[in-house]
Amino acid sequence: MEIAQNILLTIATAATPLLIAAIGELIVERSGVLNLGVEGMMVIGAVCGFAAAILTGNAWIGVAAGIAGGALLSLLFGFLTLSLATNQVATGLSLTLLGIGLSGLIGEGFVGKAGVRLPTLDIPVLTDIPLVGRLIFGQDPIFYMSIALTAGVMWFLFRTRAGLTLRSIGDNHKSAHALGIPVIRYRYLAVMFGGACAGLAGAHLSIVYTPQWVENMTAGRGWIALALVVFGSWRPWRVLAGAYLFGAVTIGQLHAQALGFGIPSQLLSSLPYLATIVVLVLISRDRRLTTMNTPASLGQPFVPDR
Amino acid sequence: MIRVELIRRPQQSALFSALSPFIAFALTLIAGAILFWLIGKPPLPALYSYFIEPLTEIWSVHELIIKATPLILIAVGLSVCYISNNWNIGAEGQFIFGGIVGSLLPILVPGFGGPLLLPLMMIMGMIGGAAYAAIPAFLKTRFNTNEILTSLMLVYVAQLFLDWLARGVFRDPNGSGFPGSIRFPAVARLPEIAPSQGGAHLGIVFAIVAALVVWFMLRSTLKGFEVRLIGTSPRAGRFAGFSASKMAFFAFLTSGALAGLAGITEVSGAIGQLRETISPGYGFTAIIVAFLGRLNPIGIVAAGLVLALTYLGGEAAQISLGVSDKVARVFQGMLLFFVLGCDTLIHYRIRLVRRAIASALEKS
Amino acid sequence: MNDVGATSSSPTLLKVEGISKTFGELKANDSVNLDIVPGEIHALLGENGAGKSTLVKMLFGSLQPDGGTIFWKDQPVVVTNPMQARALGIGMVFQHFSLFDALTTAENIALSLDEKIAISTIAERARALGDAYGLPLDPNSVVGDLSVGERQRIEIVRCLLQKPELIILDEPTSVLTPQEAEKLFETLFQLKSEGKSILYISHRLEEVQRICDRATVLRHGKVVAHCKPSEETPSSLASMMVGADVDAVERASKEGPEGDALLEIRDLNRAAASPFAVPLTAISLAVKAGEVIGIAGVAGNGQGELFEAISGEVLQKAAGEVRLRGSDVGRLGITQRRRSGAAFVPEERLGHGAAPTMKLSENLLLSRYRTDAKAFLGSLGVIRNGAITKATKRIVEEMDVRKSAEDPEAAALSGGNLQKFIIGRELDRKPAVLVVNQPTWGVDAGAAAKIRQALIELARSGSAVLVISQDLDELFEVSDAIAVMHNGKLSVPLPIAEATYEKIGLLMGGAEPGHASHGVELGAS
Repeated sequence: MEIAQNILLTIATAATPLLIAAIGELIVERSGVLNLGVEGMMVIGAVCGFAAAILTGNAWIGVAAGIAGGALLSLLFGFLTLSLATNQVATGLSLTLLGIGLSGLIGEGFVGKAGVRLPTLDIPVLTDIPLVGRLIFGQDPIFYMSIALTAGVMWFLFRTRAGLTLRSIGDNHKSAHALGIPVIRYRYLAVMFGGACAGLAGAHLSIVYTPQWVENMTAGRGWIALALVVFGSWRPWRVLAGAYLFGAVTIGQLHAQALGFGIPSQLLSSLPYLATIVVLVLISRDRRLTTMNTPASLGQPFVPDR
Repeated sequence: MIRVELIRRPQQSALFSALSPFIAFALTLIAGAILFWLIGKPPLPALYSYFIEPLTEIWSVHELIIKATPLILIAVGLSVCYISNNWNIGAEGQFIFGGIVGSLLPILVPGFGGPLLLPLMMIMGMIGGAAYAAIPAFLKTRFNTNEILTSLMLVYVAQLFLDWLARGVFRDPNGSGFPGSIRFPAVARLPEIAPSQGGAHLGIVFAIVAALVVWFMLRSTLKGFEVRLIGTSPRAGRFAGFSASKMAFFAFLTSGALAGLAGITEVSGAIGQLRETISPGYGFTAIIVAFLGRLNPIGIVAAGLVLALTYLGGEAAQISLGVSDKVARVFQGMLLFFVLGCDTLIHYRIRLVRRAIASALEKS
Repeated sequence: MNDVGATSSSPTLLKVEGISKTFGELKANDSVNLDIVPGEIHALLGENGAGKSTLVKMLFGSLQPDGGTIFWKDQPVVVTNPMQARALGIGMVFQHFSLFDALTTAENIALSLDEKIAISTIAERARALGDAYGLPLDPNSVVGDLSVGERQRIEIVRCLLQKPELIILDEPTSVLTPQEAEKLFETLFQLKSEGKSILYISHRLEEVQRICDRATVLRHGKVVAHCKPSEETPSSLASMMVGADVDAVERASKEGPEGDALLEIRDLNRAAASPFAVPLTAISLAVKAGEVIGIAGVAGNGQGELFEAISGEVLQKAAGEVRLRGSDVGRLGITQRRRSGAAFVPEERLGHGAAPTMKLSENLLLSRYRTDAKAFLGSLGVIRNGAITKATKRIVEEMDVRKSAEDPEAAALSGGNLQKFIIGRELDRKPAVLVVNQPTWGVDAGAAAKIRQALIELARSGSAVLVISQDLDELFEVSDAIAVMHNGKLSVPLPIAEATYEKIGLLMGGAEPGHASHGVELGAS
């Protein structure tokens, strides 16, 4: 039974970065902005986090640097799409390309170095409870942050005035503007929140998941996070469920690789990507449902009359 | 605090349509100089070895053409996609599949030769790329699935599939265990244009022909009108009687075929065997090429040469100045950012407003 | 056209002095003066494009003036955003509602209230206020599901909850049936009796005469007159607005024998395409050669869906549901329907009837590349620019389209000129059947008259013309018979001789033609 707990623990670790990045993007998309640069911000978060942790020897400073890196990069995206009204799809893509390039440059000196790991929680007695102790009381701090983040975003969106305003902007930015809601300011904040989350998710990869720096180490997780937002139909708890489903697929294929089975490892490695496609097809099949859930102004540039 | 205000122009500015790629390039050079300065390298010599040095020798011009060939081929296809509002970002995967399918004959039927071999390889490469691109098009039109995500996911799948082939069933039994297929015989290699000078092969001719054909199609034919109309105004496209679904297939198949052609061209021309990786990210860099060329095939030829220069310049700068070759990727990313930003000038006038004044007014 | 200022005894609530606003080359407002006293209904009159919307947007803080001053209770104010306008006591009911489809009524209301109040409290207050003013609403309903009339109620209640002293209403009756408009007027009189002021924007002169105390008339961004509507006639008001007499549309009575039915719709059904769309049920109609049939209805009752079904942008289940010149076309797309002799003009000019960023000549090709393939296309589908340019020039001259460049982008034309071009594009083909949705929406009076005249002439030359419109005046001007669309169903057309505003209005409100006579007398008038 300890094996089951260990497997669940690894699933949680694999799901956490996906969840954090997806929750961040959920807020961005709820405000009507499509940022395809999650992969780029995530990889920047990973390299900034890793580098800062090694240079200072403090994993927490690494986490902060990851968040800052992601948020800073997202600001670039915000300036182009919000202030200059550029095409969001193209700008998001270029953010990913720039992020991957920049992270390679920054991380060049750190390849192969051993990183600083964030310690996991260790509460006497509680953590030692058999079967569930480590699952509930013995994980890394970012795991708890991811759960709190999900709950917090849920509360923010559906229980606060600012959350209502954010949703209204995503539904119809022209109406929001006519009512005097500062559309661009809200969107800047949402984009930066998304960037910070992606950065945190990246830092989790390089500080918790596998404490080392490998070029392109996000390996498409940013894109999977984008797919999770669609999968979760822009609802936090569904996104959480999706992230854990993908964590399970990832861990499952890793175990299958370890066990052999004679299945080519490449086929197993491609499972998360294929699963993403299958899930996207299943969720978007019903056109009516998709239209109803998608924020109506998603991806539309907004330029007020002057 | 300064705020940017955009004022829509009544007509697109012809001046900035022409100027914006050049402004973007100039800004990239400035940002590049700052970047070199930041990493402690002399900016001007670094820029020289990046953008001038590769052009001073005939063999490196050949190298430039070799690198530009796949970029131009892919980007010309992508322009059809992007103009028609189909966001194919999986050209890298279509490139790989073109390379794989195009290589089937020389690898599986090694005895097959003759003048038909190369044309068949090219056609199979195009079919391979087009078939792989048909997947996101089918999912988009049939199941309403976002093509950005599916086409991208398929890149990872294609990379893993190629890796499996090159290390597994397609591995050269006499290759002493290294991954990669047999080396192609001469009949399966694309001929070089000027073998005495350098390695540039026939692929560049394909690229230029493709650019001219697509340019003419977009500019002067009903099909091109359909591509542009559906892209700029889908509802008006439907009112005109055009089908967005058919257009999705047209765009994806065209760009998939061209990416596939680029793939087999690269394998047959530049590499000479099927390896576990056959692209340094051409499929993604081509996205930058497409936008830098303002989605105009003629512009794309020029843009492809510029981006190829960044690849070569990266190598040159590494040798002469010890600058990391990773800088090239940063250059490419910055270039796209500046291009997109400058394109705003085509549709809007930009006004900077000091917020301090506005708030002072508020108080009065 | 005498100048009536506010009487010196009553203090002004709002006073605008010399306000100006320029967009690029266009002077949208040029030294505009306006004053409103407490407890009056003040009309702001003007044609489309005269600058009314620009002016009220500046009063509400959505736009910043380039010059001039706004006085609120004799104090100069700078209104930088709508929040500040609301704080002053200015409320606004938008013509194109600023509502959020995906949110509930209560949430929509909450978004415009600047104090933070719990949603449940807002819901209660909105319901109570709605009841007090005869504006019933359900706070928990999702706005996307509501009719236009219900949406307007939300807008008004939302505005009233802020306890404004000045309420700006932008073309409020354009989305209402005549009967609903009456109810709205009662609400307005009630507000007036409470001492509130109303700035009432309209181009409907009869209603301005009925309910407004004073009026300010704008033309090309300038104030041309302040007047008392009760002392004017509709035609004197109209000539102030337009500046010149507009040619009245002439409708020669139909003569000769009954023509063949060129457009037939038989038991047309269509399921709702999206969560907020209207399904079409059992629609039947025949339009004969030589006649104009009008379809009246409040916005959002399925007119757009019907248009898409007739045009072939959406196909029918059975081929016989739509027939053109005697053959079934229900399974044919829009291109084949055009080739059968039909032409279509949709409601939305930019983005549906024309591509905004494409040139006029390209927009000509948009609807005619197949019907005129011989003229416009060469071998291999190569476009013949010469022929298209010539045809574009012909249409521009025929319809008097005014433009600033040789071949401008569609978006660069004013609404009226673009509409003249789009209608001209179809008329130029001399279609046997023309279906047009909202032919003169947002078009200035001169252009509207020209368009209406052209529609009548097309019919009289032997074509069948179907006009879908929310503008009853327009339908009475052009139609030989009027049918009414309500909730996806179409009534039997009433011949124009028997149709009255009242009868049509009742049908627009959903009265069953069979039962209507019990409520209001339909037959006798």
